[in-house]
Amino acid sequence: MDEVLIASVLASTLRVSAPLLLCAMAGVLSERAGVIDLGLEGKMLFAAFAAAAAASVTHSTGYGLLAAVAVGCVASLLHGFACVTNRGDQVVSGVALNMIAAGLTVVLGIAWFQQGGQTPPIAPDVRLTAVAQGFAEPQPGSWFASVFGHGLLSHNVLVYVAFLMVAAVWFFLERTRPGLRLRAVGENPAMVEAAGMSVQSLRYQALLMNGVLCGLAGAYLTLAQNASFSPNMTAGRGFIALAAMIFGKWKPLPTMGACLLFGFLDAVAIRMQGVQLPGIGEVPVQLIQALPYILTVVLLAGFIGSAIAPKALGKPYVKER
Amino acid sequence: MSQPTQLPRWIDIGVLPVWNLAIALLVAGLVVMVIGHSPWQALTVLLNGALGSVRGLGYSLYYATTFIFTGLAVAVAIHAGLFNIGGEGQATLGGVGVALVALWLGAKLPAVVMLPLLVIAAAAFGMLWAALPAYLQAWRGSHIVITTIMFNFLAAGLNGYLLVNWLRPAGSMSVESAEFAESARMPALHQIAAALGYELPSSPLNLSLVIALVACVFVGWFLWKSAAGYAVRAVGSAPRAAHYAGIRPRAQVLLAMAISGGLAGMVGINEISGVQGKLTLDFVAGAGFTGIAVSLMGRNHPVGIVLASLLFGVLYQGGVEVSFELQGFSREMVVTAQGLIVLFSGAMATVSAPLFAKVYAALKGGR
Repeated sequence: MDEVLIASVLASTLRVSAPLLLCAMAGVLSERAGVIDLGLEGKMLFAAFAAAAAASVTHSTGYGLLAAVAVGCVASLLHGFACVTNRGDQVVSGVALNMIAAGLTVVLGIAWFQQGGQTPPIAPDVRLTAVAQGFAEPQPGSWFASVFGHGLLSHNVLVYVAFLMVAAVWFFLERTRPGLRLRAVGENPAMVEAAGMSVQSLRYQALLMNGVLCGLAGAYLTLAQNASFSPNMTAGRGFIALAAMIFGKWKPLPTMGACLLFGFLDAVAIRMQGVQLPGIGEVPVQLIQALPYILTVVLLAGFIGSAIAPKALGKPYVKER
Repeated sequence: MSQPTQLPRWIDIGVLPVWNLAIALLVAGLVVMVIGHSPWQALTVLLNGALGSVRGLGYSLYYATTFIFTGLAVAVAIHAGLFNIGGEGQATLGGVGVALVALWLGAKLPAVVMLPLLVIAAAAFGMLWAALPAYLQAWRGSHIVITTIMFNFLAAGLNGYLLVNWLRPAGSMSVESAEFAESARMPALHQIAAALGYELPSSPLNLSLVIALVACVFVGWFLWKSAAGYAVRAVGSAPRAAHYAGIRPRAQVLLAMAISGGLAGMVGINEISGVQGKLTLDFVAGAGFTGIAVSLMGRNHPVGIVLASLLFGVLYQGGVEVSFELQGFSREMVVTAQGLIVLFSGAMATVSAPLFAKVYAALKGGR
């Protein structure tokens, strides 16, 4: 039975990690450009609602994705208007976005669909389903079909897109000229300005990319993981993604590692319920669920390595005259 | 950008906040129109539900009590240059503290001894939950915003763990602690009135409101009249200068956060000892975040915080009434309005300042 256990833990780790990956990469892009993004949770919630609402009304996956990405970008631009253009407090703006999203998605959901804040279920043919058919369940006795098939190939397209995005964000930040500029604007905006580039426009570009990724993360929740939107369905995933980003020291690949670790903890938390570990006894589910937060606090306190944020993070840029 | 705008004080603390609030409420009104209701009708029902009856007023003041505590908590931290997003978690811990003491000693002690003990427990547990992030910020260099967010989730997890595994009475299905003894209940206002021979409709409003007002006076005295408060504000506005002047910034961070957390913890008195009479899951229900809106709107001053808390108390109580009254109207509209207020009065607070400066200069020049 080992292969069944390994395969199902592997598969659920990847499924749980995918939205975290998308959201954490969004955070990496924004924060490396010097803009704190506490609004990840709210943007993901907005996008999840937009995807579910659009997909259930238009009966089209494409419009669902489009709506999610568009709403993610609009929310990002609002954040940019408040703190890049008007140099408002980035933390406060992010908190505001989270509140507005938590309220507005329910208000609109109840007004439009009259189902207590839920959207109507999205038809199976509109939802994103497994790319490769036939691996929906792990097969006892066959390691290949279980671990490789169910574990790795049984997922919907957004799971693979999420991993692709990690590679893309890494390549963009570390290997391209615009990526270098984006990093520079988060470390030393005055120098970027002196080199003749606009700090504001670079930060807006980062925020737009952030909005697209948040949109995909939200769409994943309603088009792939669940079949409809329900109030506050992000349930802290945006903050877990934020924690993963800090745990990954604002770098794409370590952040991916953190997302996978947190996804793994989530995947095993349910399976550990009532299980007696040799020598330890039963580990409370709440402790396993709290581990991402505990690990992040411990890391931030400098007890395991050190987390060094981009230098200009959170500082509004005032143009020199 | 142009030179920093100089506005007279009455515009800066009088007109600008009201203007920002008006914009936020205007946008909220637009949302109400989008979902097909008349903002005017919603507003009338809201005000009537919150202020039109003694009972409604009692509910509004009960909500305001909680918001005064969380608002003061945010304000004290802001004066030390810290953004305490952890009110939610500190309030949760305050409730846990109340429940532990009430369940442990409740039946053995009379109310005169019990109630002060509960207040101390709520404050102490809140303090502890804020002091840890403060220590990590001051001595280990981790960012207070991130740490306090993480501590919110940890508090929720801890509360859930305690309720499920320890505090839930054997055989009970619901995730709640046992009921407290009568001596551990903060007396409600209508009970006190009844004892004095008056009759008031029942509402959750209880003596915690008095404690909240005392806390306002304390915070005002602490920040502006005490030497310790001066040191806290010095560190908040100019940490280096304060350090050169012989003030130890680390100790001030710890002190400010401890007071902040203690104030947030007092939510446990209002909600757990005053209303629920038992520990429940998620009893804070976002009040910690409302505190951010309250403090921003109230300009981090006790008087402003009382006014802003009353406004939010009215919004919360009135919002419930509107959702009963109007079809398809949800009380989450209040959360939306709260977010808009944080956006316009907080993140974008100074956006309109240049406009006012222009108008003011034009009026002055014209004279």
